[in-house]
Amino acid sequence: MSLEFIEGNEAIARGALKAGCRFFAGYPITPASTILQYMLELLPPEGGVAVQAEDEIAAIGFCIGASMAGQKALTATSGPGISLYSENIGLAIMGETPLVIVDVQRQGPATGSATKGADGDIQFVRWVTSGGLPIIALCPATVAEAYELTVRAFNLSERYRVPVFLLSNKEISLTRESVDLDAIALLPPVARTPPTCDKDYRPHGFARPEEVPALANFGDALVTRYTTSTHDQAGYLTANPAVIQEMIDHYVAKIEAAADEIALVKHDRQDGAETLVVSYGITARAAGLAARAARANGRKVSSLTLQTLYPVPEKAIAAAMTGVKRVVVPEMNMGQYIREIERLAPPGAAVVGVNKMNTTLLSPDEIARQGGLL
Amino acid sequence: MSGTALRTYMTDQVGPLPFCPGCGHDRLLKDLDKALVALQIAPKNLVIVTDIGCIGLADRYFVANAFHGLHGRSLTYATGLKLARPDLTVIVLIGDGGCGIGGTHLLNAARRNVDITAIVANNFNYGMTGGQHSVTTPSGGRTATTPSGNIEAAMDLCATVIGAGASWVYRGLGYEQGLANRIVEGIRHPGFALLDVCELCTAYYGPRNELNKKKLYELVAASGMGLGLLADKARPEFGAAYREAARRAPKRQRVTVIEAAFTHSVAKQTGLVVAGSAGQKIRSTATLFARAGMLAGLQATQKDDYPITVMTGPSVSELNLAPDWIAYTAIDKPDYVLLLSADGLNKIRASLGRLPPSCLVLADEGLDLPETDARLMTLPLTRAAKEVGRLSIGTIALAALLESEKLFPMAAFEAAITRYQSKDIAEVNIKAMNAGIALVANTA
Repeated sequence: MSLEFIEGNEAIARGALKAGCRFFAGYPITPASTILQYMLELLPPEGGVAVQAEDEIAAIGFCIGASMAGQKALTATSGPGISLYSENIGLAIMGETPLVIVDVQRQGPATGSATKGADGDIQFVRWVTSGGLPIIALCPATVAEAYELTVRAFNLSERYRVPVFLLSNKEISLTRESVDLDAIALLPPVARTPPTCDKDYRPHGFARPEEVPALANFGDALVTRYTTSTHDQAGYLTANPAVIQEMIDHYVAKIEAAADEIALVKHDRQDGAETLVVSYGITARAAGLAARAARANGRKVSSLTLQTLYPVPEKAIAAAMTGVKRVVVPEMNMGQYIREIERLAPPGAAVVGVNKMNTTLLSPDEIARQGGLL
Repeated sequence: MSGTALRTYMTDQVGPLPFCPGCGHDRLLKDLDKALVALQIAPKNLVIVTDIGCIGLADRYFVANAFHGLHGRSLTYATGLKLARPDLTVIVLIGDGGCGIGGTHLLNAARRNVDITAIVANNFNYGMTGGQHSVTTPSGGRTATTPSGNIEAAMDLCATVIGAGASWVYRGLGYEQGLANRIVEGIRHPGFALLDVCELCTAYYGPRNELNKKKLYELVAASGMGLGLLADKARPEFGAAYREAARRAPKRQRVTVIEAAFTHSVAKQTGLVVAGSAGQKIRSTATLFARAGMLAGLQATQKDDYPITVMTGPSVSELNLAPDWIAYTAIDKPDYVLLLSADGLNKIRASLGRLPPSCLVLADEGLDLPETDARLMTLPLTRAAKEVGRLSIGTIALAALLESEKLFPMAAFEAAITRYQSKDIAEVNIKAMNAGIALVANTA
């Protein structure tokens, strides 16, 4: 085994490179700044471009422009930057722009504690922009998963023409771990396939709402259109309610219809378990230890770790909750993803949150005691 | 381009232009069309970028790629498009409103000098939302939001971007002869070019201020902001400069890969807190020690805590070493605490009272230590560092710890020092390592 000793942000940058990312724009913000730094080192020798923008709005604007011109683009920020990205994320959804956004979460709200971790943006990224249309969000628990899921995030963003969030946390991004990146089998990068038609290209064309339209890059063979305004399949402004609804249905259907394909969970199942711990991100690691300690105590406990947060892997969560009387949801926030669990829980099952938002990790002991696992 | 020359870049397939009768935008777009005909840019290589405001309605009337984005952000998309595809000709049509809300992008596009041509359709107010005042509304100008006349000063867009470094700047009137030629020059300019085109808004600003073409000219002339070509200088274009710098950029060195070469005696996850001061190389020495542990077959994690003013105050590194994968990276009950300075001690003082008796505290002599159940080892670390080198106190302390606790062979630490540090730093640190060993031997 050959190991490296690297932080999560380096794994994200190197994963992006493996995924074929050749454009990065960002604005310095702790704990995401080192991604900008790594990309400034990694991209130019590969013929790519990494730039520091004048602010977060410009950073994501550059990325949207570059993506529509054919480059796989990445940006990275933390909660305050996501606030500034908000309107452009709506644009990227509207324009069906492939784009990966890393949110290295830190203690908020507002400026909060810049150098401390939290998982405070879990619902924020889902409802980040006006309109409430779906996005995809993946959540790594380790440096290795940060590497692996970054590649997956790029593939999903290309496949579904939608912004994909990688929800990291200072505790993963700025913690060094011994890790063997070369031993990780990465997904092959998904390349953008140009439209096959030579005329009458419709930038948002689909026959069935769940179809993902082929994307013509600016500068390639076809003259194309992109617009923030309510538009039809050809990208022209429309005020026709039927056409508007058809487009909205499309933005929703292309993600919802693919929910099972996008769902990625790890189910550590114990036969006859009456308790299930559902967790994600850095907290999943302590949750796993808590479940193990509970089993050592003779309790029957299963554990479900979510790597896909959105679209909510409803089938996998519902299946894991079957027969369970008690669901424990530990989170480094005041109870965000628990809302998804509550709506999926079987009748009669108690859903219990274990919550802390004081910049320190939830410990296995806190999860076990407050979750009633002992 | 191949084939016959295009006689117009405007299409009649989408109906007539949507602007109010007499609106300056109509004339401006026709001048843009003339410029494009003169340049004969292939439509697939041409992007018209617009944002919100009446002028933002323009893109659909052109046979070109169209990018219509958020209010005031057109320059950011244009920058991304141009950096990703340098072969594109990128033209931004923006209003005076967009220049206000997107002011920082205007400044930075000018400063950066990406090869974009920005044409400002400047009619001194927000036509799309009811004629509110904008950053260019003249003093005294009447708008929906300045009912008794504008008491703010108008922003001189040209002077502003020139101040920010713009390399080609022109101010003209929407109805002047030859504007199409000026647009051609702006597009040909290899860098950021801005044309501030002053126009009539016939729905709002014109009638509210009794403007006509003649009075518009008088208004702009009287402002003293200048008309005509206001800047034309050669500056490196950002994209070209970027690509040139990238050709010279060194390829990133292969990251350090660590193969286990030694054994260890660490049976369970072991937490080590190194608390010192900025300037003591706490973080890099902790990383070095972790790599030494990895050379001995251990897994490791490291977290650092230090103030944002990095050259002052405490610096604390938390290291975990374990025979297997480390799930929980916080150190609630450390096995070892190294106190290298008063800063470090004060930073973690509150936690010292909770240390278990199994914990070993290895502290510099002379520190004001609180009551603790932990085992205590006091060594003259600062004094030893004075002899070896000020920056080596961490290595001295960690070598002392290793000599005392035998977590893994000292040879692994030595190998890490020589492998992962530059020769001159390694030389000092080998001395520091030996000094640490000697401190423990003297204690015994």
